[in-house]
Amino acid sequence: MIMSNELILSRNWSRAYSWTMASALEAGTYKTAADALRSGRPPGELLDEVKRSGLRGRGGAGFPTGMKWGFLPKDNPKPRYLVINADESEPGTFKDRAILEKDPHMLLEGCILASYAIGAHACYIYVRGEFWHQQRILMQAIADAYRQGFLGDRCFGTDFKLDITVHSGAGAYICGEETALLTSLEGERGYPRLKPPFPATHGLFQCPTVVNNVETIANVPYIIGRGANAFAAFGKYEVNAEGRPVIDSRGTRLMCASGHVNRPGVSEIPLGIRLIDYINDYCDGVKDGKKLKAVIPGGSSCPILTAQEAEQVEMTYESMARFGTMFGSGGLVVLDEDTNMVWALHNLLRFYSHESCGQCTPCREGTDWLYKILGRMLVGKGTESDLAEILDIADNMEGKTICALAAAATMPTRSYIQKFREEFVAHFTKGGVPTDSRGRYRVPATVRQ
Amino acid sequence: MTLQFSNETKATFDWLVSRYPEKKAALLPTLWLAQKEFGGWLSPEALSYCARLLDLPPSKAYSVASFYTMYNLQPVGRYKLEVCRTLSCAMAGAFDIIEHLEQKLGIPCGETTPDGKFTLATQECLASCGTGPVMQINGEYYEENLSAARVDEILARLP
Repeated sequence: MIMSNELILSRNWSRAYSWTMASALEAGTYKTAADALRSGRPPGELLDEVKRSGLRGRGGAGFPTGMKWGFLPKDNPKPRYLVINADESEPGTFKDRAILEKDPHMLLEGCILASYAIGAHACYIYVRGEFWHQQRILMQAIADAYRQGFLGDRCFGTDFKLDITVHSGAGAYICGEETALLTSLEGERGYPRLKPPFPATHGLFQCPTVVNNVETIANVPYIIGRGANAFAAFGKYEVNAEGRPVIDSRGTRLMCASGHVNRPGVSEIPLGIRLIDYINDYCDGVKDGKKLKAVIPGGSSCPILTAQEAEQVEMTYESMARFGTMFGSGGLVVLDEDTNMVWALHNLLRFYSHESCGQCTPCREGTDWLYKILGRMLVGKGTESDLAEILDIADNMEGKTICALAAAATMPTRSYIQKFREEFVAHFTKGGVPTDSRGRYRVPATVRQ
Repeated sequence: MTLQFSNETKATFDWLVSRYPEKKAALLPTLWLAQKEFGGWLSPEALSYCARLLDLPPSKAYSVASFYTMYNLQPVGRYKLEVCRTLSCAMAGAFDIIEHLEQKLGIPCGETTPDGKFTLATQECLASCGTGPVMQINGEYYEENLSAARVDEILARLP
């Protein structure tokens, strides 16, 4: 279910056939891009506007978008590229999918504006392979935009040239990591690259490149069209006595709710509301009136929050950090009082073990060891020393690999064990869950269907 | 037997290559074309053919294809059924769907029925967390209120 709140990103979603060019034109999409290009607005002005808006990356890391664009070298003669990360595959996240399905033209207008601002003439949208339906919608939208003269050699009848190409992934989670995505786009196995050099100087085909998430870029038309201040009116921004920002979470975010909630789905929220209010007001509370046990706030890589913490945390980058977790990709998973935490962690570790690209030994072996130890615990064969072993393995993974996948596996692992230790201990003192004849675990009865 | 793209697919391939400054970048899209054109999987011949089109050694095509889970390096059934088993789907009952399919088709995950009609597999997060559990049939999503009974209905409708 998709709910529209008439904010920034979802404001066209309730229109009939919202994904079509006809609907987009009626909604006024492309007007901002047409104005900016036709009036020959200096690209630097657009960049400044995005900087002033305080827009931060919506893919996971929350890096300031304007600053990222500003990192492109000014004296490099090589072509520049804009690459859109639509490889949405963080467990719990399905917001970019909503944009691709409901309003691909908002994304395309964002691509035009961003390319114009950074001086790119080719833009690639890397969409995960499983989204073939969404790829079709997007490719149709692009074809329509070419037909309208919004893309191609003379965008909106100006001298600005831009080609947008959809590039399909093929089922590798790691390709959501920006350097792996670039390697994959170049026709290679999706191995992350060591940074530095950063994509800003050595990105796609070793050229200066900006990689942005779908949702991030979809915000751009609003920021350019209505101004940085209109964007910043949403969200939360506070400065201290010295004028330094202590909370810098401006704009809105698409949140994805899944797990034990009454109303799962995507909804756009102004940043700064309380997490518990989001669960109660936007998701109609915990399913079947059960008690809240824990919340994964922003995709499975984020450290988990207990119910008590979830009562206090706000939906800002800073508040999440204060509680030792991250806003991540906005994939919020609610776990109710009956959820078996050992089972939940085991499930996630299977995911990371499956998705480790295998390039770095600590991650390739480490994720698999963690998964196997958790499997042992799950069936009641764990020991006290296993818990220490898990943390030791985690120590030997974090910061010892090229990309952050190892940390994406160890951060939740640490938090589950730290916050729900009694449950892990009970699993080997009181016996685990039964396995079936093939040794594979059954879904515990405590996990409601 | 020498494999070759149809004229239509060859035209798509030429267009694809024109979209990238380096030919090699068209490898993933070319493998997709080949998988679709040559019976739903990438045989060693198909991989060599793709490599030749892009002036790459065959080992490169194999190396890349084997990295990505969506390229089938073995023949698959007429219908490839894939069920997501990651957390949100698992909490919504994905394992019941998987067990139901295993019993119904008489094969464990990862195998194909003897008549070559169905291949059963699991998938990691398909971004259908709010509408899980989710099953894909040849890539098409079946989500929202998916139950064992609905799976039966869906399979019964397949020719």
